[in-house]
Amino acid sequence: MNLVYSEDHRLLADSAREFLAARSPVSRQRALRDEGGVNGFDPQLWQDAVALGWSAIPFPENLGGLDFGCMGLGPIFESIGSNLSASPLLSSVVLSGSLLHLQGNAGQQDRWLSASISGERRLALALDEGSRHNPANVALQAVPNANGYSLSGNKYFVIDGVGADAYLVVAKGAGAGLSLFLVAADAPGLSVQALPLIDSRNHARLQLDQVQVGHDALLGEPGSAGPALEIALDRGRVCLAGEMLGMAEKLFAMTLDYLKTRVQFDVKIGSFQSLQHRSAELYVQIQLARSAVMAGLAALDDSRLSAAERQRFASLAKWKAGQMALNVANEAVQMHGGIGVTDELDVGLFLKRIRVAQASLGDADYHCERYADLMPAHA
Amino acid sequence: MNAIDQFREQTRSWLEANCPPSQRKAIPEGELVWGANEVEFPDADARLWFERMRDKGWFCPDWPQAYGGAGLSEEYNAVLESELRRLKCRPPQINLGIWMLGPVLLEFGTEEQKKNLLTPMTRGEVRWCQGFSEPNAGSDLASLKTSARDAGDHFVVDGSKIWTSYGDKSDWMYALVRTDPAASKHTGISLIVLDMKSPGVSVAPIDLISGKSAFCQVFFDSVKVPKSQLIGPLHGGWNLAKRLLQHERKAMSKFGEFSLPTHFHLLPLVNEYLPEPSGQGELALAARAVACAMNEQSYNLTVQRMGQEARAGQDVSGLMSIMKLVHTEQERDKFEVLLDVMGYHALGWDKGAFSPQEQAITRGWLNSFALTISGGASEIQLNVIAKRVLGLPDVK
Ligand SMILES: Cc1cc2nc3c(=O)[nH]c(=O)nc-3n(C[C@H](O)[C@H](O)[C@H](O)COP(=O)(O)OP(=O)(O)OC[C@H]3O[C@@H](n4cnc5c(N)ncnc54)[C@H](O)[C@@H]3O)c2cc1C
Repeated sequence: MNLVYSEDHRLLADSAREFLAARSPVSRQRALRDEGGVNGFDPQLWQDAVALGWSAIPFPENLGGLDFGCMGLGPIFESIGSNLSASPLLSSVVLSGSLLHLQGNAGQQDRWLSASISGERRLALALDEGSRHNPANVALQAVPNANGYSLSGNKYFVIDGVGADAYLVVAKGAGAGLSLFLVAADAPGLSVQALPLIDSRNHARLQLDQVQVGHDALLGEPGSAGPALEIALDRGRVCLAGEMLGMAEKLFAMTLDYLKTRVQFDVKIGSFQSLQHRSAELYVQIQLARSAVMAGLAALDDSRLSAAERQRFASLAKWKAGQMALNVANEAVQMHGGIGVTDELDVGLFLKRIRVAQASLGDADYHCERYADLMPAHA
Repeated sequence: MNAIDQFREQTRSWLEANCPPSQRKAIPEGELVWGANEVEFPDADARLWFERMRDKGWFCPDWPQAYGGAGLSEEYNAVLESELRRLKCRPPQINLGIWMLGPVLLEFGTEEQKKNLLTPMTRGEVRWCQGFSEPNAGSDLASLKTSARDAGDHFVVDGSKIWTSYGDKSDWMYALVRTDPAASKHTGISLIVLDMKSPGVSVAPIDLISGKSAFCQVFFDSVKVPKSQLIGPLHGGWNLAKRLLQHERKAMSKFGEFSLPTHFHLLPLVNEYLPEPSGQGELALAARAVACAMNEQSYNLTVQRMGQEARAGQDVSGLMSIMKLVHTEQERDKFEVLLDVMGYHALGWDKGAFSPQEQAITRGWLNSFALTISGGASEIQLNVIAKRVLGLPDVK
């Protein structure tokens, strides 16, 4: 299993780093927050990222993609993390795009996947309903009727849900398993409310009250969306793990700088052994997490792995990165002392985004349990 | 086919033909083979495997052929290692000399020393022990006091070493001694090698919390050591010692890769002893065990990543410095979890009432403390990471 970025990946990482440092530094995220816009991201930045090819990375060439593999998303999400940049890359491309690619028919792909890759339209995945991520807990009902299906229920925590052009809604009731429906934003019976979270990004709650969709709104066969959903979610989870790794490394670097400059008791606080040891522990955790994230990325592209093996690597990446990033964020605040809890310092922005990213698509406890459940019975 | 693939293929078929099937399984307690003056083999297969690997020069595959190695480049050596792992071959012998002293001799030894000391090592003929720590010089190794007085063509050594692993079974020792008592702490130290059969050397084993042990205190009473057995410059031993300790840490973090008796797979044991966790407590315990296994996998991936990064020419010194700490701390955590999962089954002392595996786990737990202390205690590793890798300032 290849756990290092290739030369091509490194070039991509360099260009992503330069682009985001210039166009979307942390100060820009702070400004976006203070402006209080509905998108949570800068639409022009997204268009320019699309022009750089980011939205085409994981898709095959015949669908307008670059066929660069999911590994190519790694360097991008790390940069997104270290700059705290907001964009719909995760929601519209990694999650929704993958679902259209894996589960959509040619017509649906033509209309929506191409538009998602080209940045003309924006899609969002509407999955979770409870307070914690859990695909097994979908209750939203799809009731078959003569014209297609009638959808009713609620969705929470829809990433980039405000202002999306359409939603991929996960529902029960059509067939035995989960089904995926494409629901346009202007469908009668659908209401979308902003769900402002601590990270000031775009999240929404959806209410569907007898939303009527046609047969052509269903992706794939009724009740067959489970496997594609797991694949798309795993891609999203590993990308979030990469983002958390990027955030944690940046935050750790900021903290080390502070330890090397702040003076108390006439010495640099970084000379105190208790802080040295805690810093060294964080370094260790970051290194372990980087290995888990690289393995997660590699596993997404590795067709020799069984589905269960791939899923375990994804859970390992999300688990390790999430647990590590929370730890780094908490320690970063603590080691900055009083200034660490001020809004003026960027540390708090990272802390808040890490908290949301860690809960998103399954927190550490969720992935620990999933990893165990995926173990062969008597390995 | 390019040369490296060809080498892989040849190596694979040689190993398949020459590694007896019995040598491709995890080693039960007491079957480790130690290179020594008189090697003890548990059975004929172990001897065969030892002799075949020895004759290939594969005890020290990356050492020069002139001293009995196989002269493999780093790339070829990595192929050999991966093929050994693939077939799950046991290490044909274990020898501290090869892991720790050998590389230092290659770098600092005289031509004569290399010929005389390395060649028997590559043939598995000498068992080495390490005489560094003293009763009052542990983490602060440079405060050591064992003295080597200049007596013309030889030194006279007086003092004592402690925690000497396998001191009672070893043929030779490499030791740090104070050759200049007037000089500052770090500058008066030299590295010497000595024959454990020299008159004036006596050895007393020390019982550990895990039971009878191979750790000893070694006493020197006017022991004569010829000057030709000084390694590197006189009073210049500290630099060599630091080098040697780097090799030791590398070796210790590698230990877990072999199928050694101390290696247990956690999750299958959890399945065995806690097949159906019930109640909040047992569920929490099972989750702790899973987290432990996930950390172990993250560590194993880090070992892989470090190898790949090194091959890609990246700087891996940071990663290298965490390996010993992570491995030994994780092993200890793992035993802690295992003890909780296995309950009374992991608390047995006398043989008979408990299975060999249970016994081994109990002893493994008690031993796991030794590993977070020896070879630079975890706290010292954290100091090293903080200062050398993170560049945090010194106290003062
Ligand atoms: C199983 C085993 C095998 C060994 N084999 C050998 C061998 O073959 N040859 C040999 O020479 N030695 C050997 N040793 C000795 C080993 O290297 C020492 O035990 C080790 O260096 C620690 O020294 P100490 O025991 O004197 O503990 P101390 O140095 O007294 O340490 C006590 C505690 O203080 C902490 N401490 C010390 N200094 C600092 C600091 N600067 N900052 C923070 N914390 C600190 C330590 O981490 C530890 O927790 C072995 C030890 C063990 C346990």
